[in-house]
Amino acid sequence: MRQGRVAYGGAIHDCVEHDADVLLDDGRVLAETEVVWLPPFAVGTVFAVGLNYADHARELASAQPEEPLLFLKSAGALAGHRAETRRPQGVEFMHYECELAVVIGRSCRQVGRADAARFIQGYTVANDYAIRDYLENYYRPNLKVKNRDACTLLGPWLVDTREVADPQSLTLRTTVNGIVTQEGNTRDMIFGVHELIEYLSSFMTLASGDVILTGTPRGVVNVNPGDEVVTEVESVGRLVNFIVDDAAYGIEPAAQG
Amino acid sequence: MMTELQTTPMAMAARGPSWLTGTVYGALLNYRADLAAFAARLQGPPYLAPPKAPILYIKPRNTWIANGAEISLPVRAAAVQVGATLAVIIGRPCVRIRAEQALLHVAAVTVINDLCLPHAEIFRPAIKERCRDGFCAIGPAIEAVDGAEPFAEHALCTYINGELRGEWSTRDLVRSLPRLMADVSEFMTLHPGDVLMVGVPRDAPLARRGDRVAVEVTGVGRIENSLIDEQIPEPRTAGALR
Repeated sequence: MRQGRVAYGGAIHDCVEHDADVLLDDGRVLAETEVVWLPPFAVGTVFAVGLNYADHARELASAQPEEPLLFLKSAGALAGHRAETRRPQGVEFMHYECELAVVIGRSCRQVGRADAARFIQGYTVANDYAIRDYLENYYRPNLKVKNRDACTLLGPWLVDTREVADPQSLTLRTTVNGIVTQEGNTRDMIFGVHELIEYLSSFMTLASGDVILTGTPRGVVNVNPGDEVVTEVESVGRLVNFIVDDAAYGIEPAAQG
Repeated sequence: MMTELQTTPMAMAARGPSWLTGTVYGALLNYRADLAAFAARLQGPPYLAPPKAPILYIKPRNTWIANGAEISLPVRAAAVQVGATLAVIIGRPCVRIRAEQALLHVAAVTVINDLCLPHAEIFRPAIKERCRDGFCAIGPAIEAVDGAEPFAEHALCTYINGELRGEWSTRDLVRSLPRLMADVSEFMTLHPGDVLMVGVPRDAPLARRGDRVAVEVTGVGRIENSLIDEQIPEPRTAGALR
């Protein structure tokens, strides 16, 4: 099953995929462009994994990590399918990151990788933007790079685990204005989905709604206002995002940041 | 009819005050003495330059506990760093605010004991050190109208087994609370219900299993928790859960 959350007609609704359309909880069927998409579930703690594909680590000239490089994100950074994301004026390098996102279904602690699958509710697509101009070498990647408003997109759907036979053999692909810029496969993760759950639950309790963004492969390029960025994970979904400039947020050209 | 919430014992172990719904942020390297002591290293690898923007960390929901609850110390950890910090609870969205406006965006203040396992390197986020269950003990929300002045000078005191072991002041901050709120809001929105802590000095005291730890912010309040051994459950399978 594919579940989502949308706003339509002055209310927020749960919905499911119905052919290529959206079936609201009150029975109405709508096109995907008629609704405002929210992240598809009630999001708890958001974990992201950096440098989890060897080819991307090389691309950023970073050494392959010995244990997962984790960072956290807050609810304020999140938005859904077809959202607009701001590129501040004057930055040089803002890039998308297409990622498989793993949604925890039940509380767990001290789970071995062999059991980890049982605690997964499903999967969604993440596009986790970074603005590298703001990178500093403290708790890197710092929040100014990675926790900006509407810079972490989730959706469109939360896809039940039964629809994803093997999370370690999914193609990831990003297009910018229809041109393929990034392609990879989850089989190339350094730390796989089940290992990440084992690692996190070894020192903290995971709870329903927590989500792990599992990293991005090689092929990140700069994006500009007006671009349509589509991040796609095989069997999971196709997440659309639009880059806008400062004016969309009412920011005067002279303002910083 | 009400149904009982289905949670495991471990999930129930960490739970913050009921008013807490947003994100809890802390500021790193926000004490002038830390920056001075660290200054020579900040120029060299891997840091290369002193910090410019506020460096924040997040204390996720599994870390939240209330006054009086027991805090688990990981089995292999000899000691945990404990430290009093002052935090504001955001009342109105902060979007590129000026420091002079910051008070208008504060709903309340609170005292927090922000725990972490000691870590020398701060190049990568210290998730394993900072985000353990129960590593953020949070006091009651004191509304500014009740007389707590968020931006006044406060002493922040840390007690272990009743003995004063650490004392610092909001006077010692690199970024005062209004400055911190303004500089954070320059790159991300602080939302109503979010909590922003001023941070803890790097030389905050260490506590051990069996210790009672109390933190106090003058004019705001005091909370006390005890440190116990972590009770690791047997590895469980989903079949055992329901």
